[in-house]
Amino acid sequence: MNKRSSWALPYFIFLVLFVVMPLVLIVLYAFQDASGHFTLANFTKFFTDGDALSTFALSIEVALENTLLCIAIGYPAAYILADRRLNRSAVTVVLFILPMWVNALMRTLATAELFNMAGITLGKGTLLFGMCYDYLPFMIYPIYNVLNKMDKSYAEAAEDLGAKPWEVFAKVTLPLSMPGVVSGIMMVFMPTVSTFAISEFLTNNKIKLFGTIIQENINNSMWNYGAVLSLIMLVIIAITTVLQGSDSREAAEGGAI
Amino acid sequence: MKTGTRILSKAYLWLILVILYAPIVFIAIFSFTEAKSLGNWTGFSLSLYKNLFMGSMQNSSGLISAVENTLLIALVASAVATLLGTVAAIGIYNMKGRKKQVMSFLNNIPMVNPDIITGVSLFLLFVFLHFSQGYLTVILAHITFCTPYVVLNVLPKLSQMDPNIYEAALDLGATPAQALRKVLIPGLRPGMISGFILSFTMSLDDFAVTFFTRGTIGLDTLSTFIYTDARKGGLTPELKPLMTIIFLVILAVLLFINIRSAKNEKAS
Amino acid sequence: MDERIIDIKHVSKSFGDKNVLRDISLYVKKGEFVTLLGPSGCGKTTLLRMLAGFLQPDEGEILMDGKDLTLVPPHQRRLNTVFQRYALFPHLDVYDNIAFGLKLKKTPSDEIDKKVRKVLKLVSMSDYEDRDVESLSGGQQQRIAIARAIVNQPEILLLDEPLAALDLKMRKDMQIELKEMHKKLGITFIYVTHDQEEALTLSDTIVVMNDGKIQQTGTPIDIYNEPVNCFVADFIGESNILNGRMLRDRRVSFINQEFDCVDEGFGEDVPVDVVVRPEDIYFTTDPARCQFKAKVNSCTFKGVHYEMWVDTESGYELMIQDYDPYPVGSEVMLYIDPDDIQVMKKERLANTYGCKVTGEGKVQFLDTDFECGTEGFQSGDSATATISFKDVELLDHEEDADLVGNIVSILYMGDRYHLTVKTETGENIWVDTNDIWDKGDFVGIKILPESIRLSKSAEGNE
Repeated sequence: MNKRSSWALPYFIFLVLFVVMPLVLIVLYAFQDASGHFTLANFTKFFTDGDALSTFALSIEVALENTLLCIAIGYPAAYILADRRLNRSAVTVVLFILPMWVNALMRTLATAELFNMAGITLGKGTLLFGMCYDYLPFMIYPIYNVLNKMDKSYAEAAEDLGAKPWEVFAKVTLPLSMPGVVSGIMMVFMPTVSTFAISEFLTNNKIKLFGTIIQENINNSMWNYGAVLSLIMLVIIAITTVLQGSDSREAAEGGAI
Repeated sequence: MKTGTRILSKAYLWLILVILYAPIVFIAIFSFTEAKSLGNWTGFSLSLYKNLFMGSMQNSSGLISAVENTLLIALVASAVATLLGTVAAIGIYNMKGRKKQVMSFLNNIPMVNPDIITGVSLFLLFVFLHFSQGYLTVILAHITFCTPYVVLNVLPKLSQMDPNIYEAALDLGATPAQALRKVLIPGLRPGMISGFILSFTMSLDDFAVTFFTRGTIGLDTLSTFIYTDARKGGLTPELKPLMTIIFLVILAVLLFINIRSAKNEKAS
Repeated sequence: MDERIIDIKHVSKSFGDKNVLRDISLYVKKGEFVTLLGPSGCGKTTLLRMLAGFLQPDEGEILMDGKDLTLVPPHQRRLNTVFQRYALFPHLDVYDNIAFGLKLKKTPSDEIDKKVRKVLKLVSMSDYEDRDVESLSGGQQQRIAIARAIVNQPEILLLDEPLAALDLKMRKDMQIELKEMHKKLGITFIYVTHDQEEALTLSDTIVVMNDGKIQQTGTPIDIYNEPVNCFVADFIGESNILNGRMLRDRRVSFINQEFDCVDEGFGEDVPVDVVVRPEDIYFTTDPARCQFKAKVNSCTFKGVHYEMWVDTESGYELMIQDYDPYPVGSEVMLYIDPDDIQVMKKERLANTYGCKVTGEGKVQFLDTDFECGTEGFQSGDSATATISFKDVELLDHEEDADLVGNIVSILYMGDRYHLTVKTETGENIWVDTNDIWDKGDFVGIKILPESIRLSKSAEGNE
């Protein structure tokens, strides 16, 4: 019935008010000075601020490294979890997601403390390790979801047509699981760039990531500059979203257990 | 499959699990000693647990109200999100063409946005509207990032449903309201429940959005409490037993649910 | 028996710019088994959903017992529906599914009990009350869906392709049961299907629909023996459909041969369509009875009869069904009884479109620009463009094509194929060709300038 489409109206209004408007405000504030006049000064400030730029570059670098690390560690894990011959129990999958229910800050603090005990100096290495630790489940789960739902007859058909096991993987399984990898990347990359508390804890405030400067500016009432920094992140999100297409929905389904 | 591969892959999974659980186990172990800082063992003691339950620690009122706030906010936000999201999903499911695309696009934004953007943008909204920040703003913010997940969990249930089921109820004499209550909602219930659980856990775990929308009235959830505490230098030691208990409860519940559903699957 | 229970008057409906129903008028008599028959997309389900109240007509009205039904919401209509894929409520067991309507009416529970049991017995599903509906087989779910509808004692039962999801054997059994149930209950059944055999078996009256219009209404025997147009002839049963010419009353020529027939009133020397059912072409060994000769080119056993294709000496291909096979390659003598020749008025002789002259040698129709001779016309004039069926060229690619479309129907005319191509704007182009295409094919359409004839407007606007 056509009329039932109007049931989405309350949510539409809600989205406009609490999603679209706030994003518009980021743009608006980015082009204003503290007294509300139009200016490009916030942008000039960012692009001439060496510290901010290098933090930005470092954040992207860390996020890239973290994402690659998560794929490298997470993909095999997801593959094993989804393979009935290797893992028959659904409980194992739950074990991988369970840590997410424990407060992330608390876990991060404990990780940092573990490093301290082991005598490892907090720095970029520990930051990467800790980030990977925090975001690994977000990479494993979507890949697992896609692999698990994949029709096994694709692989069998490839085998039947003469593909060796590694060829089956490279030519069939891997390409077909890309939507999972892509949504895993979405769930790891952007959050890593923008994280602030976690990076502070893991490096003992030695390394600042982009999220931290956004937070500092907003907290110090530098809203307009904070808005510019946020806008830059929004642009990156827009680019990555366009690049990945619309595959994220599938993997996000069944997000709960 | 060769046994070698099997053992190797098992070992790989367990290695990752050990690393994933190390910090949690670490917290759990050090919840059984009196020392303030993590990693400092001063002999076995249950005094932290005792303090937690008797409410007799230094910062007890702060911690207790943080726990209460966290639960209250998560409960209200996920309940509202479930309601809003379910109704919206029914609407979106019945949309066609451009309208549907626009709605799915808007629905995707809060999921794609990192927490900090959601937080900052909502902060600017509340500042712009001169909306004083506190419980209401935090709850609204949590509803914003929870509802899309409810929509995504309910939509598949709608497409699994026989498209005529609502009309079948009308045909048999149900009013639209009765058809909704007696036929649609029961069919959507699994999706609504998983949407609610997902919303609830995301709200519990949220830090960044709460951080930007809680204002300056001293509203703390568990996450912001831990953050401020850690920034100040010393973690409230009773957090350790609290986290241990939370973890064990969740572990028990999840294992129970999964083992039971696995059994049901085998039985049928 | 002659009382009308449903009266549909000039009903039209469109979704967006697609006309699903165009000016439908139809009445249903009390107690009748009426079948709406047509290919998918013909509008039959839309019509049924309007009766049930899930859709509103854009124009026209629907009367039940003489009263306008348009503003009555579905839950207040005295009719119930059996849905295509049953739409049983998965969270309720068999008993609660059937009791659903009665409970809403606040029927006392002992009465519900009695009624549910009775109706379960009627559909031969006693002892299934407590079963989970999803554990039932397709046929069983079907019975429960029927039981759930008839327990409310509706005056009309609407059935939307209720047997489509069942396998062949099951379908045959259910057909017999439905027919018996109709007799036992004595209520009106309105049945929607695309299966012509099902319609012929079950119905008192068949309404053949295509493209949003009623093509023919009649008893199964009428529809089979006297189809009014090519569509009906082709859709119901097997047919040889051929181009013919009505020479005078009771005399028709086709396959280059003159035949006696029983039809009158077409006028003299008029182009017509001729239908001959394959079982109505007879073999003979008596040269005196032979009307034409042919050579068998294929012979296939079909269970009860043989299906043979023969090439006539005049170059046409005909299908014949007979209980005796004739070997491939053999020369046979054939004849057709005058009674068995069905002559139909041609619906159209060529493609005609209203067009606009847009410049010297340029016209526009079907939302497309074409070149053609425009002598005698001024830029801006309205005119009618006529293109004969055989002058439309179909291409398997889009380049060079003037416009594109999908093949929606194919009719074999004995020596050529007559195709209906639907353009992207929803217009039909009819094409005669010897090339083999498939239904659903996406084709490019090309019309050469010299094939387009312009005439002054006001006549023959399609």
